[in-house]
Amino acid sequence: MNPGAAGSVEAVFREERGRLLATLVGQFGDLDLAEEVASEAVAAALERWPVDGVPGRPGAWLLTTARRKAVDRLRRDKAYAARIAVLQAEADRDGPAAAVADAEDVPDERLRLFFTCCHPALPPEAQVALTLRCLAGLSTPEVARAFLVPAATMAQRIVRAKRKIKGARIPFRVPEADELPARLPGVLRVVYAVFTEGYAASAGPELVRGDLADEAIRLARILHRLLPRERDVAGLLALMLLVDARRDARTGPDGHLVLLDEQDRSRWNREYIEEGRRVVVSALQGGPPGPYTLQAAIAAVHDEAADVATTDWPQVVALYDVLADVAPSPVVALNRAVAIAMRDGPAAGLALLDALSSDERLRGYHLLPAARADLLRRLGRREEAAAAYEEALALVGNAAERAYLARRLKEVGTRSPVVE
Amino acid sequence: MKYMLLIYGSQDVQPQTADAVQKVMDEYWAYEKAVADAGVRIASDALQGVETATTVEVRNDGERVVTDGPFAETREVLGGYYLLDVADLDAAIEWAARCPGAQHGSRIEVRPVMEFEQP
Repeated sequence: MNPGAAGSVEAVFREERGRLLATLVGQFGDLDLAEEVASEAVAAALERWPVDGVPGRPGAWLLTTARRKAVDRLRRDKAYAARIAVLQAEADRDGPAAAVADAEDVPDERLRLFFTCCHPALPPEAQVALTLRCLAGLSTPEVARAFLVPAATMAQRIVRAKRKIKGARIPFRVPEADELPARLPGVLRVVYAVFTEGYAASAGPELVRGDLADEAIRLARILHRLLPRERDVAGLLALMLLVDARRDARTGPDGHLVLLDEQDRSRWNREYIEEGRRVVVSALQGGPPGPYTLQAAIAAVHDEAADVATTDWPQVVALYDVLADVAPSPVVALNRAVAIAMRDGPAAGLALLDALSSDERLRGYHLLPAARADLLRRLGRREEAAAAYEEALALVGNAAERAYLARRLKEVGTRSPVVE
Repeated sequence: MKYMLLIYGSQDVQPQTADAVQKVMDEYWAYEKAVADAGVRIASDALQGVETATTVEVRNDGERVVTDGPFAETREVLGGYYLLDVADLDAAIEWAARCPGAQHGSRIEVRPVMEFEQP
């Protein structure tokens, strides 16, 4: 047996799984059945291909095999008898042209699957899990590992979501053009949630979980290919490329966090920066930019600068001004304040941060006291800086970020002991 | 597929003036007509106020307990419902969003109706 064949089957399958699944769900209207027969088709491929060789159109082979297995399964199941009759009637009516597996290309129905997995009627954590499973092709234990939850918990979450899809009949369809503005942001939010979890894991020892960042970029590429005219989809892809370009420089040799101002910029991924810039430029054209496009533009300004001192801070502030207008949020206000501190000096930024500290929505968000601490440190107000670092330390969940804050705290010296 | 749209409203956001009441009523008549014209309406009703509610319970020993009021005191009470037959959840959500109540501070809970095989 050719030892490389199994590996190549898995590579093909990983690429094809989402497409295969989407086509099967489209035909059988049942995610569970689609997943089961997709897995069986792969098992068959793992058995056959090392012997027979990888077929010319592996996607079509997998689809034909999976459909045959689905039909077999439905025949055995009395409850499905009525549905099989309908399928048969549809096949007869559509004639041989509808025999998808014989077509030159298997049609890409993944967009429909995206909208089902990211349906707002599903809980957000289930949307992320389903998207990773159905569209990125991760197994349930892999999804569980990615989010550091027990496999049984994740399996339960996925089962519940699938039960709701079936029970409440969440459709498998692409929203109409007039619904798209309401629905697309939800899909982008899910993809970005995968990325941010990979980029700054909310828990656990590692700062960057590259596997998740890679999956998010892969998902965004698929979406961008399927919706080339949706500019904020391009914006999201660009944002992730431009941020992920700094991945290697973001952690030091011992795994500690290195912030933008101390990063070795020669370690940035030039290929990603080039691609990200190209994509964001196209996303900025043709009307008011969306929130991801604006964030990508900000990331591009950083990526183009040789260092923090020569960064075009007025440009960064101007982009944050637009972003604060398009998608106002306390986190945007926080980042804008930090940019203003870079443009006008730490005191100006601190005044804005102090104004934000009463915002309920930022309560418990460690980056607010962390940003305050950095500005206080730069102003030489060491005791207040130490207090703010301590406040941030009490809130942070990621071990590498914690180590960074602890190091800074040590630099400014611990607070003078409180008199009991 | 059948969905029940349950209209939950807060007692204290009811329209105050006669004109405001009339406006909401007109909107409901238009909505009623829209669901009927679309051929999706199975049934719909508005319920009288929660102050008219009576709760009935039969205990394990067979004792019948009748009490005044709703079974749970909540700020939001069920004010009415639409029972619709539409293609899928997206269609049900679309109708729920068009319900006048949804635009006047009520919230619409969309529940698929359970379907049983005939015995």
